[in-house]
Amino acid sequence: MKRLLLGDEAIALGALYAGLSGVYAYPGTPSTEITEFIQNDPLARERGVRSRWCTNEKTAMEAALGMSYAGKRALVCMKHVGMNVCADAFVNAAITGVKGGLVVVAADDPSMHSSQNEQDSRFYGKFALIPILEPSDQQECFDMMADAFRLSEAVRLPVLVRIVTRLAHSRAGVAVGEPAVENALVPDNERTRWVLLPGNAKRQYAALVDKQPELLLRAQDSRWNALEDAGSPLGVIACGIACNYVREALPDEVSVLKVSQYPLPESLVRELAASCEEILVVEDGQPFAEEQVRGLLDPEYPVHGRLDGHLPRTGELTPDSVAEALGQPAGQVHLPARNLAPRPPQLCQGCGHRDVYAALNAVLKGFPEARVFGDIGCYTLGALPPYRAIDTCVDMGASITMAKGAADAGVHPAVAVIGDSTFTHSGMTSLLDAVNDKAAITVILSDNLTTAMTGGQDSAGTHKFEAICLALGVEREHLHVVVPLPKNMEEITRIIREELEYKGVSVIIPQRECMQTLARKNRQISRLRSK
Amino acid sequence: MKTDIKLAGVGGQGILSIATVLGEAATAAGLYLKQAEVHGMSQRGGDVQSDLRLSTEPIFSDLIPQGGADLILSMEPMEALRYLPYLAEGGAVVTSSKPFVNIPDYPAETELLSELDALPKVVRMDIEAVAKGLLAPRSANMVLLGMAAPHIGILSPEDLRQAIRTVFARKGEKVVEDNLKAFDAGHEGIQ
Repeated sequence: MKRLLLGDEAIALGALYAGLSGVYAYPGTPSTEITEFIQNDPLARERGVRSRWCTNEKTAMEAALGMSYAGKRALVCMKHVGMNVCADAFVNAAITGVKGGLVVVAADDPSMHSSQNEQDSRFYGKFALIPILEPSDQQECFDMMADAFRLSEAVRLPVLVRIVTRLAHSRAGVAVGEPAVENALVPDNERTRWVLLPGNAKRQYAALVDKQPELLLRAQDSRWNALEDAGSPLGVIACGIACNYVREALPDEVSVLKVSQYPLPESLVRELAASCEEILVVEDGQPFAEEQVRGLLDPEYPVHGRLDGHLPRTGELTPDSVAEALGQPAGQVHLPARNLAPRPPQLCQGCGHRDVYAALNAVLKGFPEARVFGDIGCYTLGALPPYRAIDTCVDMGASITMAKGAADAGVHPAVAVIGDSTFTHSGMTSLLDAVNDKAAITVILSDNLTTAMTGGQDSAGTHKFEAICLALGVEREHLHVVVPLPKNMEEITRIIREELEYKGVSVIIPQRECMQTLARKNRQISRLRSK
Repeated sequence: MKTDIKLAGVGGQGILSIATVLGEAATAAGLYLKQAEVHGMSQRGGDVQSDLRLSTEPIFSDLIPQGGADLILSMEPMEALRYLPYLAEGGAVVTSSKPFVNIPDYPAETELLSELDALPKVVRMDIEAVAKGLLAPRSANMVLLGMAAPHIGILSPEDLRQAIRTVFARKGEKVVEDNLKAFDAGHEGIQ
């Protein structure tokens, strides 16, 4: 019988069944469920597949490369912006190459359902000169993982698997086979590959460039790329999930080149172009294939897509936008309702972040020049009413370093608000910079003992934050731990007010468990008691 | 044959449990299924929705096209209205009638309900009151599923009852019974 799996879960199970020995990841929507599935899977537990959360995507990528170096199959998972964090290791892993299969899954978030941008990870794959796989449905998510590991070992390169939110977070029935055994431990010995001194790196880079024709041939022969010629004047190039929207609109009346393995299969693109009069490129994310198709064909050949407005330039594809681009009539029957108001997400009732913002707002009423630099997490919702408490939110860890830069420029008070998991992910080095420069900033390290926004995963620094701050050089008398509850408001506001006046680095750690993880624990306890 | 369902509500109201039950029933019945969920930030008191597609034939898109939903199934009346452009010709709206007001500019209740009632096929009930009356306040979502049962042509009410048993089994017999009671109350309440 088929198993009902999210795209994320199908990837996880596919990797396990391909003989995975370790998954390395930092939580990030929409990729989180891949690692969570492996953490809870009986086979993974029986085999002792390494699956604990990492501090950030870069540590994840490097640890996976180490496992690959030792001959075993390793998986790295992240949301698209995590690719920016691990880019140093990711790009250089293509220079060293791999030993055991190394697969990197990037879950892109076009439409920014829970992200700051909609960057398309396929550009990273091309940039690093490695193969990319892009499944179109949950079954392919499962099936492609074994192929991805085999391909990685065959070409001795990392393989990037790119998915999007709608596949990551959609369920369907998936047929699964039998699990393969893990690779044996056989650490590599070729130091000239792995020590990237310029002399070695030049040779490795030249070898990587020399591999490109082989990667192209493999993509052109791949079972994941298929040209279905319907003899229509319009030809469609549909990448990954886009294929489903095309088939939803026009089941079999149009010639379709399905692309799920890159480098872009040039011969198939030319073949489609020769059999049609114009081409529509349908892809979720940025016009990655579309730009390349334009470069491949005669400049006069009509190519449509996101670049010429046939499809919206931003946002995820929908069955409606694709149907419209294919010339189908709009399906809408009912107009949008009149009695409707937006309902944005909110901080939970009883959440400690609420008390933090209440205290901060109370104090900053007396400091109209103050600026508050926010960060990535549930507490970003402090930007919305009723708090409207933060002035910026850019990337993981930016709160502290942006506050420092603004303070350097003369902004005072400059306050950073950062969560516990974001702090260990990318805030510790920022704090060290601030301490070394004696920057006049007040850091509020709002600690809810978990990575809350992605659903309550373990946070790398729990119970260590005072020690970390002291070790980075924060002065004892300017480091405070408080419990964010309404009854402590007087104490918290007094401490914030005093520290705003200090011309150096202060850290205030409001510490109280996330309401969601607390409620979950309480439910588990009462369930155990009732049994 | 196919049934496309737009599930709607506010984060925390339990729409994913409805999706889980429908998914279990569809899997047991050997149907094709695709279910797009919303995870992450949008869960916290914000609007949430899930696209559930059930079919005897393979399904392509994970998302329901506009004008394609046979059913809008909502835990909250304004959230039901949010997805009107997705409702098909002849499609039904099955919803809780009780507003969940956690925003300052929530529309006037009378106007909201009259807009809802002007739609061709609407079934609404105060599912929370029904669930409380049954002493099963956490099972309001199953009252709603019971109300929707006649509109889910591709699955029978008994398929759904069996799925409730399977899905809630690990939470104990009391939870299974509460949810079945709630489902039956919703199912009978509309007849």
